[in-house]
Amino acid sequence: MNKRRPYVRSMDGWWRKNPFFVEYMIHEGTALFVAAYAGILLNGLVHLSQGEAAWNVWLLGLKSSWYIGFHVLTLIALGYHTYTWFKIMPRTMPPVVVGGQRLSAWAITGSGLAVAAAAMAALLGLVWGMAR
Amino acid sequence: MSDNQKVIEIEVLRYHPEKDKEPHKQVFEVPFTDDMSVLQGVQYIKDYLDGSLSFRWSCRMAICGSCGMMINGEPSLSCQTFLRDYYPARVRVEALSHFPIERDLVINMEGFMEKLESIQPYIIPKEPRTLQEGEYLQTPEQLNEYEQFSSCINCLLCYAACPQFGLNSSFIGPAATALLHRYNVDSRDGGKAERMELINSEEGVFNCTAVGYCSEVCPKHVDPANAVNQNKTISAADYFLRFLTPKGGAK
Repeated sequence: MNKRRPYVRSMDGWWRKNPFFVEYMIHEGTALFVAAYAGILLNGLVHLSQGEAAWNVWLLGLKSSWYIGFHVLTLIALGYHTYTWFKIMPRTMPPVVVGGQRLSAWAITGSGLAVAAAAMAALLGLVWGMAR
Repeated sequence: MSDNQKVIEIEVLRYHPEKDKEPHKQVFEVPFTDDMSVLQGVQYIKDYLDGSLSFRWSCRMAICGSCGMMINGEPSLSCQTFLRDYYPARVRVEALSHFPIERDLVINMEGFMEKLESIQPYIIPKEPRTLQEGEYLQTPEQLNEYEQFSSCINCLLCYAACPQFGLNSSFIGPAATALLHRYNVDSRDGGKAERMELINSEEGVFNCTAVGYCSEVCPKHVDPANAVNQNKTISAADYFLRFLTPKGGAK
């Protein structure tokens, strides 16, 4: 008789078993904030299409302290989302060779973050200029 | 044994299929010196405390890839992990995660062997070549394309680090994909089209959600996550470009 009886361990709660997986779930979870914020902006667009009165109702809603608190939380979540997104980027792309040398992971992550920061500053500047 | 001999507790997850319904923990007190690896600690248990303890090992110098275990929950080669780094706390050892346990610290790796075979881990020449035509020539740049991925020692730590493999064992997984990529980007090889069918399949690279832990635990700096994710791009490009340049034979 075959005495082999391989034992398969359960995967229940796998993401709690290693700090690396916990961090993974947190940074994946920040995507929910990205989706929620896209929903808020989309809602604003719908209100805008319904005329000035509806648009002002939406603007007024944004001024509630709950909404401002949510915005602060979302800003933190999106900041972390951006950081982790660029942190994994070197693992997801073909090697970049500059002058015969392979670009280091941190150079790629750093460039990504710099571009994201520049894009954010440009967008802020544009909106600021339009609002004046 | 001298009076100042240090003793560390090693907790081992035991499983004997003949008598155990499920694995259970057993703690051993192991005298050790600062130069002893976890593997040597486990060998001490087998030699002096309990001869029935089963585990795989061979080279003791991180080349053979046999002695992978979960050490305090992290996939590690036990020959290059040292007891002194855990002392005075207890060190926990367990068979590699996500694989069936055959016995004690020995996993069943048949599934991986089948995957390894399926990727055709050898050069498939572009065209037949006679001995008279001489050797294949390759530039250092062409070598750089695949060299990192050829360092894989099949230790399976990356599979123990991959929750997607744990949830779906049919996923071809990090090491097999890294080796597949190693041959696909070799300038001497002509087997890419055959191997891409595996990359594009249900078992292929899109099971990966870029957790990235596989590359963190790799003792040979292969970066299997990079091989998997590069092939997602190649696979997606292959899928969409066929609308522009019909090649026929798409499955």
